[in-house]
Amino acid sequence: MKRWSKDEMAARVARDIPDGSYVNLGIGLPTLVANHLPPDREIVIQSENGVLGAGPSPAKGEEDPELINAGKQPITLLKGGAFFHHADSFAMMRGGHLDYCVLGAFQVAVNGDLANWHTGTPDAIPAVGGAMDLAIGAKRVLIMMEHLTKTGESKIVPACTYPLTGMGCVNRVYTDLAVIDITPQGLVVRDCVDGLHFDELQRLTGVPLRRAEGP
Amino acid sequence: MINKIVASVEAAVADIKDGSTILIGGFGGPGLPVALIDALIAQGARDLVIVSNNAGSGETGLAALLKARRVRKILCSFPRQADSYVFDGLYRAGEIELEVVPQGNLAERIRAAGAGIGGFFTPTGYGTLLAEGKETREIDGRQYVFESPIHADVALVRADRADRWGNLTYRKAARNFGPVMATAAKCTIVEVREVVELGAIDPEAIVTPGIFVQRVVKVGGMGRTA
Repeated sequence: MKRWSKDEMAARVARDIPDGSYVNLGIGLPTLVANHLPPDREIVIQSENGVLGAGPSPAKGEEDPELINAGKQPITLLKGGAFFHHADSFAMMRGGHLDYCVLGAFQVAVNGDLANWHTGTPDAIPAVGGAMDLAIGAKRVLIMMEHLTKTGESKIVPACTYPLTGMGCVNRVYTDLAVIDITPQGLVVRDCVDGLHFDELQRLTGVPLRRAEGP
Repeated sequence: MINKIVASVEAAVADIKDGSTILIGGFGGPGLPVALIDALIAQGARDLVIVSNNAGSGETGLAALLKARRVRKILCSFPRQADSYVFDGLYRAGEIELEVVPQGNLAERIRAAGAGIGGFFTPTGYGTLLAEGKETREIDGRQYVFESPIHADVALVRADRADRWGNLTYRKAARNFGPVMATAAKCTIVEVREVVELGAIDPEAIVTPGIFVQRVVKVGGMGRTA
């Protein structure tokens, strides 16, 4: 079965982010979206540690140890960028000022519940960072994740079994197989990888899917 | 005359007591007051409650304070990192207490303390493990969780420039928790790259006004990036 690569998934997310958007990219897979933003759009990236207008990675030797992103990787600042303190940074999220956030996930439920911070196993060390603030704060919450676990189970589930990050907060899921909207009427497939039949996607996913009507 | 400049990091932290609650600035390396933390380790205060975004990495800075077994409890949003093995070991051995706080709640709880707010209702964390047992309220059709302020005895902050009144500017992403933490402690101690003459900082550019600061020590440029 063909799957979208991580970069193809990132490009697919980037394509859907309109000109003028303010966007937060979570650590891990979502960070790749920055590499695929169309150059003809002005999209402002927020980093939770107090940066708006985060730019691409610096050239080797040009890194500034006091200019990093949420994943603690060195970044640059675009013209027009700004620095601010943590309470302001999270006011941007919680206050509904961010247009989009893109997060990774362990599980997404059909009602839009998100689990992405803690496996809940006894030996796991819980670490939440800004995930709960982003999940409830951004106007639209986009999830990037593999469709299936390593053992082949769907990560889109009837109800999350891992501890929740936020309730009913996810708007759209981008996986390596499909793009699926979470709507009050259920899950709607917007796009899927070439050659994958809807019935096969339905079988793999295990929760009821609908085909999108019209474009 | 007001002069908040202290001669050394040792003098700046000399009176920190056992059992203190200490806010420590920084997000990863930027903004982490490494010279003050090293002085605190040498000073010897123990049974501390530390409030900081992370729980240290490698064996320097916050991780060194943990390794020296001076910390009873840590409140942070993200203790787990690639090289947070000092914290991981203490936690797994049951030798440190952990309170995980969503990052925005951490910042706002500190801000609330500094602003004299008795707590606040936030949508963050509603319906999750981190809101269990907390008061909730529906406001305009949305669910909120009550969060209380985090007051501290001491804040350790790193800034870029200061004058003798304690006015501060920060540098790039090293600002992070500094300005909110500076407001929320009985004694805010700041390490800076540079001390300048009173009046040399453009009043429009001052990020933390000196009223929030008790002590300033010059330690020079970024020592380590922890």
